[in-house]
Amino acid sequence: MMSVTPDSPFFDWVLFIWLQNWPFFLKAAGITLIIALTGTIIGFGIGIVIGVIRTIPIDNTTGPIKRFVLKVVDLLLLCYIEIFRGTPMMVQAMVIFYGAAMVFGIQLTMLYAGIFIVSINTGAYMAEIVRGGILSIDKGQFEAAHSIGMTHSQTMFSIVLPQAIRLILPALSNEFVINIKDTSVLSVIGVVELFFQSKTAAGANFRFFETFTITSVMYFIMTFTVTRILRYFEKKLEGPSVYTIHGSQTVPEAEIKIVDRERD
Amino acid sequence: MEKIIEIQHLKKSFGENEVLTDINFSVNKGEVVCIIGASGSGKSTLLRCLNLLEIPTSGKILYHGKNILEHGMSNAVYRAKMGMVFQQFNLFNNLTVLDNCVVGQIKVLKRDAATAKKTAMEYLDQVGMSQYITAKPNQISGGQKQRVAIARALSMEPEALLFDEPTSALDPEMVGEVLKVMKSLAKSGLTMLVVTHEMAFARDVSNRTVFMDKGVIVEDDVPEVIFNNPSNERTKTFLKRVLED
Repeated sequence: MMSVTPDSPFFDWVLFIWLQNWPFFLKAAGITLIIALTGTIIGFGIGIVIGVIRTIPIDNTTGPIKRFVLKVVDLLLLCYIEIFRGTPMMVQAMVIFYGAAMVFGIQLTMLYAGIFIVSINTGAYMAEIVRGGILSIDKGQFEAAHSIGMTHSQTMFSIVLPQAIRLILPALSNEFVINIKDTSVLSVIGVVELFFQSKTAAGANFRFFETFTITSVMYFIMTFTVTRILRYFEKKLEGPSVYTIHGSQTVPEAEIKIVDRERD
Repeated sequence: MEKIIEIQHLKKSFGENEVLTDINFSVNKGEVVCIIGASGSGKSTLLRCLNLLEIPTSGKILYHGKNILEHGMSNAVYRAKMGMVFQQFNLFNNLTVLDNCVVGQIKVLKRDAATAKKTAMEYLDQVGMSQYITAKPNQISGGQKQRVAIARALSMEPEALLFDEPTSALDPEMVGEVLKVMKSLAKSGLTMLVVTHEMAFARDVSNRTVFMDKGVIVEDDVPEVIFNNPSNERTKTFLKRVLED
């Protein structure tokens, strides 16, 4: 085990703190990733459900009961979105964690509480992003689907949503990266994620600069890796840039690769 | 002759703006009807009303004698019987050429995948696009897109096909390939209702040509009469203007 004195150079301290704490750091980073990933996925799910509900068309042919229900649901969803976008996640964490225990007698574990808070917070943001994505799809896509007899929900799930999701994927990556960083606010309710762990480690040696240098590097590695991975998936979802002509006029077996017109 | 659709006293307004005023007209089985007229005369709106993409303000649309605006048939079932081909093609961008022609058959007609694919291939072959089944819409040309759109509509095996200015968004050299497909469909006996600016197509292919102006049908007759001997002054002026170009 290496030893350091208060006068040791910066990097000696960094190395020392890392060697002393690395299993805890890694575990805490794992917690951060789990909360951010699960929260983003669940939040995305919430966003899709709300985005789809809020884009159900209301027109002259809508019956009065359906119209009323849709308006009420829409209003409730709007309240949810505005409240969670309009208050800090740190405050939401306090209210939900202590509120759940006091009002409902539910004692959430730290991890579940963390995932829950990040999910509903992300859901509020994603709801608007998904709605925007759906609204940005050309009206002609709906019309073409309706013209062959597809219902609104068939059109939504087979035609519009797949296109909308592709459009909002960059926003989803963005939300994931934000969540990796923002899980740090969960330290206020005692979730042992990377920020909480760093505070503990720094407190043990009173070396905040050195400790949080390690923390920054770890956050950066996580966000950078995640961004690269998601970028790869975005590219993949764009589909192959070539397609095959099956059987040309002259040579029936010919498979001719044609390069994409727009991307070439 | 069997009437597929009959329109009675159809009106359509967008707010204060009355686009269609008292339209009366019908389409018989196997007929090819071309609707001509200046921009803003209401011809596209009429076509969109027939597919219920616009809901008429008043009037009746009788489908085999039954008013579809009142009761009985669901809009989705009726729409599947009236295929539509759009000016902007509107192919499903997330699906391949083949899946564009398959998705409606599976979702609406509840056909199994094998039957749907077989039917789709048949019609894609008819429009000369069966080689491109794995291509996505953004990989093919405008003329090819429109031919796929026609195959998509035909795959639903509709009773009539509505064309909303099918060649207006195409580059001039691609208009021919689409018109060729439409001519062969007309010959095969398909009931077609075509809103078009292609006067030659209307004159040579249609059984009846309808001239619309300012939301009303001004003249409705065989193309020989409309093009050679129109009785209405407005028809004469319009044709003189477009045929001079």
